[in-house]
Amino acid sequence: MHEIRYSAPRSLDDAVALLAADDARVLAGGTDLLIQLRAGTCPSRHLIDVKRIAELATLDVDASGALRIGAAVPCWRLADDARVRRSFPGLAEATALIGSTQIQSRATIAGNLCNGSPAADTTPALAALDAVGVVVGPAGRREVPVASFVTAPGKTVLGRGELLVELRVPAPSAHSADAYQRFIPRNEMDIAVVGVAASITRDGARCSAARIALGAVGPTVLLAEDAARALVGGTLDDAAIARAAAAAMAAARPITDMRAPADYRREITGVLTRRVVAEAARRALQGA
Amino acid sequence: MAKTHVTLTLNGESTELLCEPRQTLLEVLRDELDLTGTKEGCATGDCGACSVLLDGRVVCACLVLGVEAEGRTLTTVEGLADGDQLHPLQRAFLEHAALQCGICTPGFLIAAKALLERNPDPSEHEVRYELAGNLCRCTGYDKIVHAVLAAAAEMRGTVARGRGTASRGN
Ligand code: FES
Ligand code: FES
Repeated sequence: MHEIRYSAPRSLDDAVALLAADDARVLAGGTDLLIQLRAGTCPSRHLIDVKRIAELATLDVDASGALRIGAAVPCWRLADDARVRRSFPGLAEATALIGSTQIQSRATIAGNLCNGSPAADTTPALAALDAVGVVVGPAGRREVPVASFVTAPGKTVLGRGELLVELRVPAPSAHSADAYQRFIPRNEMDIAVVGVAASITRDGARCSAARIALGAVGPTVLLAEDAARALVGGTLDDAAIARAAAAAMAAARPITDMRAPADYRREITGVLTRRVVAEAARRALQGA
Repeated sequence: MAKTHVTLTLNGESTELLCEPRQTLLEVLRDELDLTGTKEGCATGDCGACSVLLDGRVVCACLVLGVEAEGRTLTTVEGLADGDQLHPLQRAFLEHAALQCGICTPGFLIAAKALLERNPDPSEHEVRYELAGNLCRCTGYDKIVHAVLAAAAEMRGTVARGRGTASRGN
């Protein structure tokens, strides 16, 4: 590995100053970054370790039920948190899917987002929940929806000196729930061929709101808005779910690579959309 | 490059060391501290041979910088035995032939220790799932899983030492 500089600021202001002064990179869990450094694909030689900034280590559910996930919170804390599992089961299951137990100890979902992989598991889960990222930089604070945070593979909206401080997930309503599933050829520890997240709100038998987000079938996460529209107002019966699955397949923009051919990915997008919508609808009925 | 001074608790002892910021915790352990029990298989976080406990959580030492260990508590395979007394997991690995070349063994022992601290009575499925980040090219995993289950039983005090839960005939 090349020589590097390492800083571990205790405050957000210090982190922003360091990031703005030098073309530095944020080090959170390091499970992607250290591999990039060793492979020579990380252009920066200065790492800012943000794990000692208290604000970034916070995991909190406020009185309204909204969730705040500090950017340095490792996956295991989120996946193990009883409040998160109860209110956002889809986000908890997407988080638990990332890597091995060892990786869970270090990796963060903020890092999963900032790494910008089209196949990131937690990004569709967050997008389906309409989560926003809180970004702090030299010009102050701004909020960016997770659905538009990544602009191209490996590229994000973050400008020089900016860092992602936390992810905010709005409080769920009493009759809403989410679900995430991915398709991989192995049993675990693999990269998604397709990943689909759904968030469903019910009003009795009727579906009153829906969001469906697709992963690994486009350069960035895709919101399948037509698929959600196919559900809203209906009763979440098989025919409606089949229409949503067809709309999700139409929204997918998959490529062919070593993991799967494009037409197979499109087919699986429909399969997973059916499964996650049915699961989220079931959970919402139970008041999950 | 200037070296950075790091203070940590290593296998129960307060330890000071000097390392370069670019050195991984794995390199620091093996090259600076001569603690070569922790192995390098892949150096990319895929094999688990470098597993250590950082503040009680199992991590890949190849994916942690040495400087990140400042102020932390670290346990390596060298910290498992109590003097000449092997840890129950270490004894179970020997008694169940859970190793062949042994390169993966320190990582499995550390990961299994972390697992049993969280879950003293895991099912076979849970053991296989939790240890999926540790790869073994030799054993086919069965004997490792049975050794972990046997050690868990012994540590719970439900099975006499050495009998194990599943003697599999060879
Ligand atoms: S050497 Fe660290 S995971 Fe393989
Ligand atoms: S005993 Fe050889 S790799 Fe596991």
